[in-house]
Amino acid sequence: MIQLSGITRIFHMGDQAIHALNHIDLIVESGEYVSIMGPSGSGKSTLLNVIGLLDRPDSGHYLLDGRDVTDLSETEQAQVRREKIGFVFQSFHLIPRLTAAENIELPLILTGISPAERKARITETLQAFNLSDRAHHRPAELSGGQRQRVAIARATILRPTALLADEPTGNLDHRIGSEVITLLEALNQTGTTLIVVTHDRELGLRARRRIAMRDGQIEADELEPA
Amino acid sequence: MKLQDILLFSLKTLTSHSVRSLLIMLAMALGVAAVIILTALGDGARQYVVNEFSSIGTNLIIVLPGRAETAGSFPGAVMGQTPRDLTLDDAHWVGRLPQVSRYAPLNVGVAELSSAGKLREVTLMGTTVEIFPIRHMKLAQGNFLSKTGDNSAQIVLGAKIAQEFFPDGNALGQRVRLGDRRFLVTGVMAVQGESMGYNSDELVIIPIQHAQTLLNTTSLFRLLVETRHHDEIDSVREAIHQTLIRRHDGEDDVTVIAHDAVLATFERILRALTLGVAGIAVISLAVAGILVMNVMLVSVSQRTTEIGLLKAIGTPAAIIRQIFLAEAVWLSLTGALAGFVLGQAGSWLLRLIYPLLPAWPPLWANFAGIAVAVLSGILAGLLPAIRAAKLDPVTALSKR
Ligand SMILES: Nc1ncnc2c1ncn2[C@@H]1O[C@H](COP(=O)(O)OP(=O)(O)OP(=O)(O)O)[C@@H](O)[C@H]1O
Ligand SMILES: [Mg+2]
Repeated sequence: MIQLSGITRIFHMGDQAIHALNHIDLIVESGEYVSIMGPSGSGKSTLLNVIGLLDRPDSGHYLLDGRDVTDLSETEQAQVRREKIGFVFQSFHLIPRLTAAENIELPLILTGISPAERKARITETLQAFNLSDRAHHRPAELSGGQRQRVAIARATILRPTALLADEPTGNLDHRIGSEVITLLEALNQTGTTLIVVTHDRELGLRARRRIAMRDGQIEADELEPA
Repeated sequence: MKLQDILLFSLKTLTSHSVRSLLIMLAMALGVAAVIILTALGDGARQYVVNEFSSIGTNLIIVLPGRAETAGSFPGAVMGQTPRDLTLDDAHWVGRLPQVSRYAPLNVGVAELSSAGKLREVTLMGTTVEIFPIRHMKLAQGNFLSKTGDNSAQIVLGAKIAQEFFPDGNALGQRVRLGDRRFLVTGVMAVQGESMGYNSDELVIIPIQHAQTLLNTTSLFRLLVETRHHDEIDSVREAIHQTLIRRHDGEDDVTVIAHDAVLATFERILRALTLGVAGIAVISLAVAGILVMNVMLVSVSQRTTEIGLLKAIGTPAAIIRQIFLAEAVWLSLTGALAGFVLGQAGSWLLRLIYPLLPAWPPLWANFAGIAVAVLSGILAGLLPAIRAAKLDPVTALSKR
């Protein structure tokens, strides 16, 4: 469960202070499917970065699964990210010199899992994401949809509790983008909390809970009745 | 993240930029090879000199006329004063000291040698029969002043001289003219080549008295003294010095040096020289280290988004530092090992080209070369690694 209370993030541009997040209070239950929409510059990415412990709020408190993670050290935050958070980015961020399989393997290496177990889990994951025949291709040799599938496989191979996707379909055409969202939704079905930032209204409406942001604040928070 | 995985990950990065990595390795390798080859050369020269000196014996004391006032000035050339002669009598007095096993007075000059219509200039050495054991010289035929007190006009020819004048090998018993005097050839030296600046194959040896008359001098050029035991060389040197001062009315006008001391000086000089060239080569390793740093800094800025991604998937700063340090270690370690092989091959080639020179790189140079290379690589990798670990992930990831 994600609990944000009074989260504020201020950027300073010269002598101007930009309130990217302005006293945000937000609770996301485990297993929820949330979409965040709003105009450019409204603070969507900043909110996601704070939730993913990539960025620190200037004030406010953040409880993740009941634990206060606001003031953890950098090393402790890295560990929380490794164990609980999966990131999916608009521009995939695959390492270009590594193959699809090696990119997916990274989080496993990071946690010190043995090579034999790594191999088994990668084979399994490649299959689940329909990437088996692309295992030894480098990102440059993959289509956009395939790249995003590799990135999602990497983000989820350690079974995080929350999957944070910042415009995951931004670099994909509508049909492929829709496929990627379907894939993310399938992962949500297995219990992973899913938070998707998107500009695409149609895709945003697929989430049961829709948050609209404006000027660093939550403008609307709608939950579709079950 | 396990160490082996860190090493593997950084190795993969390096092999994907193979040209760049190879060039850096080459710079490291050349530095290490330079250290090894240059010290092999320096140490080879030192060994060569040491061997040359020891072939003459380490129990040797050399007496020369005149006083060496300061290091570097030529004995006897001080303040324009002419030193007192070092005479044959002085030599006999020194020879009577109980610790002295052998001694050989020495005069050296140049004269014309002629026989059977042949004529050439030769270096002549006036001495006694003792010179042979002292200088480890050998006769191929005949003898020289076999009886003590024998002062007859005998001459021993160097191997090459004998060959030139008497190609039939019948030199013994022939009469030759040296300067304005006639000598009987009683011996021919064995071939032994260059030693201590003389080519004994092109030398002729005559009794010391004849040499002094011929060269019109009463002063010895050198007096070579051999002691019974190596460990008393310093006390014997002092005893000789005192004897000569007494004989010269209390005037200290001779220089007595232990052959060892000369050797030690040479060794010191050549060691310093070796260290000097090694030092210059080490500078090239520092330059290679700077190259590593440069490449790593470029690599960090090129891989900003990758570092951001690594942080996003939960890589601690310490691991990111280690990944980049490992790259620097790989570059310098492989470079150093390649340089080691290159250096060994280079000194082998040196030994092949100059068989006289024992150009073996000293053990310390091998270690120092590799150690300095790896150290400079690690130091060079430190700054880029720290910079990478400090990157803010949000800014790193938003860079396109
Ligand atoms: N590193 C930064 N330095 C200064 N200002 C920043 C920084 N990051 C974000 N901002 C500002 O904070 C505000 C919110 O930015 P954020 O990236 O969260 O917006 P967004 O909703 O994700 O926009 P978009 O839809 O364009 O991605 C913007 O006004 C932005 O200019
Ligand atoms: Mg954004």
